[in-house]
Amino acid sequence: MNWIEIFRSGISTGTVLLIAAIGEILTERAGIQNLGVEGMMLVGAMAGFRVAFTTGNVWLGLLAAIAAGGLLSLAHAVVTIHFQADQTVSGLSLTFLGTGLALVLGDGLTGQTAPVIPHASIPLLSQIPYLGPIAFTDHNLLVYFGYLLVPVVTYFINKTRPGLHLRAVGENPAAADTLGVNIYRTRYLYTFIGGCFAGLAGAAISVAIAPGWYSNLTVNGQGWIAVALVIFAHWNPWRAALGGYLFGILRRFTLDLQGPRILFGMANPFFFNTNLVFFLQMTPYILTIIALIWGSSAARKKRIGAPAALGTPYLRGERGL
Amino acid sequence: MAFPEETNTVPAVEMQDIVLRFPGVLANDHVNFTLYPGEIHALLGENGAGKSTLMNVLAGLYKPQSGEIRIYGKKVSFNSPRDAIANGIGMVHQHFMLVENQTVTENVIIGLDTPRFALNLKKYDQEISNLAEQFGIHIDPTAKIWQLSVGEQQRVEILKILYRGANILIMDEPTAVLAPQEADELIETLKGMAAQGKSIAFISHKLTEVKKVADKLTVLRRGRVTAERVDLKDFTRESLASLMVGREVIFNLHKCEQTAGPEVLRLEDVCALNNKNLPALRNVDLTLHEGEILGIAGVAGNGQSELVEVITGLRPCTGRIWLEGKDIANKPPSFSINQGLAHIPEDRIGVGTAPNLSLTSNIIMKRYDQQPISQKWQLNYMAADNLANGLKLEYDIQAPDVHTQARKLSGGNLQKLILARELSNTPRLVVAMQPTRGLDVGAIESVQQLLLEQRAQGCAILLVSEDLDELLSLSDRIAVMYEGRVVGVVCSQDFDITQIGLMMTGTHPQDLPGKGQSEEFPAQSADSSFDEVLEGLRHYEEAAQTEPPKETEISSESEGPLEEPPQLEPPTQPDEPLLNLSEKERVLRKVLGEKYKQGDEE
Repeated sequence: MNWIEIFRSGISTGTVLLIAAIGEILTERAGIQNLGVEGMMLVGAMAGFRVAFTTGNVWLGLLAAIAAGGLLSLAHAVVTIHFQADQTVSGLSLTFLGTGLALVLGDGLTGQTAPVIPHASIPLLSQIPYLGPIAFTDHNLLVYFGYLLVPVVTYFINKTRPGLHLRAVGENPAAADTLGVNIYRTRYLYTFIGGCFAGLAGAAISVAIAPGWYSNLTVNGQGWIAVALVIFAHWNPWRAALGGYLFGILRRFTLDLQGPRILFGMANPFFFNTNLVFFLQMTPYILTIIALIWGSSAARKKRIGAPAALGTPYLRGERGL
Repeated sequence: MAFPEETNTVPAVEMQDIVLRFPGVLANDHVNFTLYPGEIHALLGENGAGKSTLMNVLAGLYKPQSGEIRIYGKKVSFNSPRDAIANGIGMVHQHFMLVENQTVTENVIIGLDTPRFALNLKKYDQEISNLAEQFGIHIDPTAKIWQLSVGEQQRVEILKILYRGANILIMDEPTAVLAPQEADELIETLKGMAAQGKSIAFISHKLTEVKKVADKLTVLRRGRVTAERVDLKDFTRESLASLMVGREVIFNLHKCEQTAGPEVLRLEDVCALNNKNLPALRNVDLTLHEGEILGIAGVAGNGQSELVEVITGLRPCTGRIWLEGKDIANKPPSFSINQGLAHIPEDRIGVGTAPNLSLTSNIIMKRYDQQPISQKWQLNYMAADNLANGLKLEYDIQAPDVHTQARKLSGGNLQKLILARELSNTPRLVVAMQPTRGLDVGAIESVQQLLLEQRAQGCAILLVSEDLDELLSLSDRIAVMYEGRVVGVVCSQDFDITQIGLMMTGTHPQDLPGKGQSEEFPAQSADSSFDEVLEGLRHYEEAAQTEPPKETEISSESEGPLEEPPQLEPPTQPDEPLLNLSEKERVLRKVLGEKYKQGDEE
């Protein structure tokens, strides 16, 4: 097994989860839970691939993906913020809506090829032993965008005025409202931004990491992993990055484990064994569940956790019970 | 209405003919309110009288259907709290509007324009501590809100307003959540701010407190003004109360003389653990008779709530609890309910009602399986609504109709709903925990009256309260609890607030000074009773100084992981006065000050 390759491609696939999870973190920090990440990612993947395919310009494709994810998220925003409907139900239906839209509009794209995001190596940094080849060599540009995204979003949330308002709206909208923060506008904005990130994450699959359109197998449940990752990360971008990369690496590792005939000097039990492979493929998901359980009990002790107003619509003047 | 001495000053706030209608309720009916600079103006009224609503209008949260607001003579119209802030109006809400996991500074600067993008928290920390100093407020600007006490959180709320340069402060029942010392501090702070020219509107339903803090007074009742800008000194407690409630309020309840009947409840050697698995009840023996109210006095957390839970079957215990000859210890609650037990829990929203269900559903919770509401396997909603409508009338529950969700009721009406459910079943035993806490005078009166009615009908009542005045006026006997034990039981003819106060701090009745010589407790006003206790305490203290005290045995008795009370010094230091006066004063202040601390659900 090539460990460098496992880590390298793990980081690459983890970037998809990272982008989607950070978008969802921003949305949830404003108190809106959007379970439609899977749908928005599919729409983004489709839009990105279709525009890149027809125009021949991958950057236009990215823009289209961002716009498509953002537009779809506005449906969720109208339903849950304006009409105060149940966020879980609306989010789930958004997944169905997004999947359906993507399948219909993506008809005929299967098997086509489109331009992809260019790859690059970072000079100097790529010379670092181990880390260089893993993190800074021949990655597509979105991976590097992911590296920048984490500190920037962390800084934005914790150290800026709009970030302060974002946190206040998600924790105690009534408090923010009495101080003149526009709750509805804030929530609309961050739901939209979350959708944009989900669309971008979708396009990161279809025009960068695993180029092509394979109907709903393109995203293949990664939207749901991203939603879980947000909880695992306790709404913290750094932990989301850690979780995203770890998950990516695990997935690649379980694939590579099936390759060699000899493993650690023994016969490899996973060597193209059709039964054990299923269990192997489950492990990342099982580990996710374990991490969720472990993480939530640890978080309760440290008083970090879900934004207090997550999932509750804000209505001015409602009796505060 | 202008007063002669004020004719040359422009009022800070002038609200005229404010009308605000909520679905089904006229919350403000042509209300006028005037506030002058540098004055503390109290807004008095019962829960649901429209005080908070009126002030929410002023703070820009609600938009009135008609009426005019003038700020320093300029006509304004607020669309959001932001507009009100811009006009120098800030409101401290009853439920604090703070973000728990942010720091004091962050909470203060939410919504401001000044840090354009990057927050320079250090600079703002400094600014905020300077501002706090200016008004004599003590606070650490870098502390997270959840680390602060309720009193400190309130200071953050005040700072939020001051930082915005507000000249008009609205305080919505600010003392409801405070301990007495904190309340006194707050009143001092407010007076200081008024002296610096700020105008303060002070919402309250507590008469004693209003007399302490305010210069002028406006009284609201059911959305209408019943007294506008009157001077406080012209009124007595009784006349204020009748303005609020619209009729005479009986401060001294009429309790008919009656002799206790046969035994209804008997506790034998009951022990139980609290939620932390520490002993909460230690060998409790109690008896309760027909037509008797047994008050349970004690500082909060000395086993009262565990006692109630054990009797109502909500907490496992050892020992025996006989209700009308049947052992109900460790039996499911349904068993004791069928034996005639009614429970008025402390937590009205969490335990007493299902807040999202309708009045009807809440009322039938104990009799959904009885005729005529139960019809084989289905419910007869017609009968249920009839029952609910009947009880709504009988118990005077103010709600649009019986399909209203219980959570939309005010605190007093919610308690009436619970009483309607529990008392209409003709119970044999009523276990009431803090039944009047957080209610306004009118509601307190009706709850107490209902309990006395039950007593007259021969029901046995166990009344747990932290309000000593309430216990003294209602109970036939008072059992005092300390560290899970019943320290002593006093009969009504021997009631003496000093002695009860001392027993609440763990003194055994046989060790009390001057037992039997003390006079009947005279007036039941808060201040006099408190001073009296302290006076008695000082006498006792002098006695304790001269002759070596006898409580050494108690201190050896008090064991276990429970917190050591300060006055129980180890017996190795016999020269030290065993009762440390200041500590004891503190405990008693806490006990007797509970009446200032009533929470509120509004």
